[in-house]
Amino acid sequence: MAEYRDDRYYVESHEWILTDGDTATVGISDFAQEELGDIVYVEADSVGESLEKGEIFGSVESVKVASDLFMPIDGEVLEFNEVLEEEPELINEDAYAAWIIKIKVSDPSQIDDLLDAEKYQEIAE
Amino acid sequence: MSGYIPISREKRAELLESVGLKLENLFDVIPDEIKIKNKDFPGLNAQGLSEQEIAAQLSNLAERNKRVDQYDSYLGAGFYDHYTPAVIDHIIGRQEFLTSYTPYQAEMSQGTLQAIFEWQSYICRLTGLDVSNSSVYDGASAAAEALLLACRQTKKTKVWVSEGLNPEYIATIKTYFHAAGLEVEVGALNEQGTAAGTYPSGDDYAGFLIQSPNFFGIIEDMRELVKKAEQNKALSVVSCDLISLAMFKSPGEVGVDIACGEAQPLGIPLNFGGPAVGFLAAKQKLMRKMPGRIAGQTTDTEGKIAYVLTLQAREQHIRREKATSNICTNQALLATAATIYLALNGRSGLKEVAEQSAAKAIYLHNKLIQTGLFEAVYNKPFFREFAVKLRHGGSLDVLNKKLLEHRVIGGLALSDDVWLLAVTENKTKKAMDDFVALVSNLIRQENILGG
Amino acid sequence: MKYQTDLIFDLPQTGDNTNRILKKCDVIKPNFAEFYGEDLLREEELNIPNLSEIQVLRHYTNMSAKNFGVENGPYPLGSCTMKYNPKVNENMANLPGFRNTHPLQPMETVQGNLMLLYNLEQQLNAILGMDHFTFQPSAGAHGELTGIMMIKAYHEANGDFDRKVMLIPDSAHGTNPASAAMAEFEIREIKSNADGLVDIEDLKQKIDDKVAGIMLTNPNTLGLFEKDVKEITGLIHAAGGLCYYDGANANAILMQTRPGDMGFDVVHLNVHKTFGTPHGGGGPGAGPVGVKKILEPFLPTPLIKKIDNADQSTYILAYDRPQSIGKVRAFIGSFSVCVKTYAYILAYGRQGLAEVSEAAVANSRYLLERVRNSYHVPYQEPAMHEFIITAARQKEKYGVTTIDIAKRLIDYGYHPPTVYFPLIVPEAMMIEPTDTETLEGLEGLADAFNAIAEEAAENPDLLKSAPHNMSITRPDETKAARNPILKA
Repeated sequence: MAEYRDDRYYVESHEWILTDGDTATVGISDFAQEELGDIVYVEADSVGESLEKGEIFGSVESVKVASDLFMPIDGEVLEFNEVLEEEPELINEDAYAAWIIKIKVSDPSQIDDLLDAEKYQEIAE
Repeated sequence: MSGYIPISREKRAELLESVGLKLENLFDVIPDEIKIKNKDFPGLNAQGLSEQEIAAQLSNLAERNKRVDQYDSYLGAGFYDHYTPAVIDHIIGRQEFLTSYTPYQAEMSQGTLQAIFEWQSYICRLTGLDVSNSSVYDGASAAAEALLLACRQTKKTKVWVSEGLNPEYIATIKTYFHAAGLEVEVGALNEQGTAAGTYPSGDDYAGFLIQSPNFFGIIEDMRELVKKAEQNKALSVVSCDLISLAMFKSPGEVGVDIACGEAQPLGIPLNFGGPAVGFLAAKQKLMRKMPGRIAGQTTDTEGKIAYVLTLQAREQHIRREKATSNICTNQALLATAATIYLALNGRSGLKEVAEQSAAKAIYLHNKLIQTGLFEAVYNKPFFREFAVKLRHGGSLDVLNKKLLEHRVIGGLALSDDVWLLAVTENKTKKAMDDFVALVSNLIRQENILGG
Repeated sequence: MKYQTDLIFDLPQTGDNTNRILKKCDVIKPNFAEFYGEDLLREEELNIPNLSEIQVLRHYTNMSAKNFGVENGPYPLGSCTMKYNPKVNENMANLPGFRNTHPLQPMETVQGNLMLLYNLEQQLNAILGMDHFTFQPSAGAHGELTGIMMIKAYHEANGDFDRKVMLIPDSAHGTNPASAAMAEFEIREIKSNADGLVDIEDLKQKIDDKVAGIMLTNPNTLGLFEKDVKEITGLIHAAGGLCYYDGANANAILMQTRPGDMGFDVVHLNVHKTFGTPHGGGGPGAGPVGVKKILEPFLPTPLIKKIDNADQSTYILAYDRPQSIGKVRAFIGSFSVCVKTYAYILAYGRQGLAEVSEAAVANSRYLLERVRNSYHVPYQEPAMHEFIITAARQKEKYGVTTIDIAKRLIDYGYHPPTVYFPLIVPEAMMIEPTDTETLEGLEGLADAFNAIAEEAAENPDLLKSAPHNMSITRPDETKAARNPILKA
């Protein structure tokens, strides 16, 4: 049974975003990690780029599935969580602790359009 | 019962009836308007032939060809007549290797998977690079895939290719790049026939590619390639010859990012140019952007060493239009043949193949120059192939035709008077001496020198 | 037998074997350091082992014993057409007259090769209903790319630069979208309807003036014949697009119907499927591409042409073709694979090929009926040369999945079917017995599938722990992908 945390927001493509002032961390939901299965690789080769909501910032792979990762809102990609390079399984262990990128938020008002945990759960399941 | 079908029509009808189906209704789903009605088609026999008849027809066709083992041939230009050790055909003729499919079910294909793993290992050891894939179609498509890899990695859309690359490869790269909406710039060689000093500058190149030994057989200095590529933030790519790597520095040793090429020289028969087997190897950082199948080592449920196809998330059956390439299989059987060639020769044997090929090419080159009828096109050291020029003009086409009458297939005429000749360890001193004598006589006796 | 085969690099090495295979060099080797200059030469010897011949033979012979081939038993790998590969064809391809010819020999010295290719082109034109063929593409996916490039070149030649969309059904092989993407096409996916066929209404909605063409497999990857194919190709043509036929499943229709008659403009064939050339553990195959006249100018270079002289015909390679897409590989193509293809078609002729498709479809239908009660059958349209069943029932009731059934089939001595494809069918098993399956093979497969369905109910662990008698069991793919070991 997937977990949905209400401390953060979600998008339909299964990313979560957790803001902290004008920066935010982005990861994938517990539901997404369950669907993917054992994650073998995560990458975000967009560090340093300014991306718009919906643009691809990286990808995540399990043995037989690969999925692109999409920006939940506009922002500049500040950092990739490099621990995941060696230990992608951290996402399987705790999808909400294992953030993938840190971004600088361009337009905080976009947050209001995102899904809360309850709405996301409805869509996901 | 036709050909190789083991169940007779009567039995087939009976089987279908036993489950409530009818033979005559099998194709009812095909609309009448597209069903084959015109029963006669030009070019296709109505009836099948027996094995004996097939053997006779095919043998007749084969006999119409002139063969390089019966004629004295000097052709190379990408495909080389090296000796094929007897063992290879025996192993790759085993149905377990010959008739199996891509190794999707690891338990039923450990033989193929381990063979691919060993191929990858040999390719890495020869090229000095970190990661090899399981092979691609041929040297030309390998070069195209190598440059596409450079574009993916650097997110740039233009590449530079030295004219020292085999023209068939350049043509292939242009086809791939035109289709992909990417740009190829071809740089002319310097007057010594190498890429030295010809590299462009600018930070919009994804990769620089040279061939070594290049199309004219000349060994290129890859260090300049690496330096120029680094300066321009491009990847360095070398299309190289695996046999030559027994003598010369490897791409990896001097810092090249990607090596590619054709492995046919490793004892794969000429077969009129195909099938061939391309290789592609790269530095570790490019691993997850490589095209094609890759085999990896892992363990099974009991901890035993096992081999599997891995990094599959790059591939078309998972990523579809976002895959690193549309490649779906590899040239497994030929990669296995090439691997066996390397295993049989070992480092000593491979070095001997390389040294004999080089020594004989140098011998032939010197003999031709000594006749006074030819001059070197370039004065740079070459490996197994070189270009010479008729000193007093004339037509090499005419010379090649005359040679055929004497059971000799001459070199490749690159123009009226420039001849590209290749020799391998298969060539004897006597054959070369006879060849040079024949060529001299023909040029002096016949009207080959033209006006 | 030894279960673990050492890597070749771990075998004890023999001494110098410089002249075991090659005779001594009969010219004087020059001083290479002087000739080339020290800094181009390798400093250390290559790190590859010197071994004896018997070591190498045992090594690879033992490895081969851990493979399963068509001559071991039934190989019902759907969409791969694992039929028997005739031995005489191997002998023919290895005739020295073919094997020892160089691709750049003067044309007058390779008339046998060129005549063979010319005749093969005539045969393929007749079988597929096309006007011309190229032999350059080295595999099915390579053929797709070549065909798609020609579609692009055709539109460009017409000044139609905005046709950027390729229509592809959601059930298509992954290579279709991947090939189209390599030629810069945007993929527009067409839905399958509840019967497993192209949803014509969805197709109509997705056709506009941006459409360059459609890629279709018929029978499709669900093993079902697209009976509305004429309507589909008609709709595409009316919109100015071209139609590409993925020949992966051509074994089902040989001499029953032809892609050319269905309205396709360009087709590729997998000769390693349809015409019984060996798969070689993944290759070499060949993917000749056929076109209708309108695409002839764009075919790769060279083409084979016949010139009729007064006394006899000669064959040439034609290079002067200004609108050609160019080359997709070096030289002419996978010639020796073409020799095997030619021999295969000679063995059957038109009537024999019609029996090939009849046997392929009959075997598939018979096998489906024999296992129908044991598994979920997602589509009710009549199956062609292959069919799909799923483990949906077993998964729900006993927690047994498709992979468990596939692995258990190995215990019965059979190669598993294609699994988890097409992607649109959960727990799919795609089964293709082919035209050369034997009576005992068909009955044995049916009995095994039915027995496994019973085992799934009675003893699911037996399936989950399968296979039980192989050198290895279920290698850890996650570990392989997380920490890749790709060489020794």
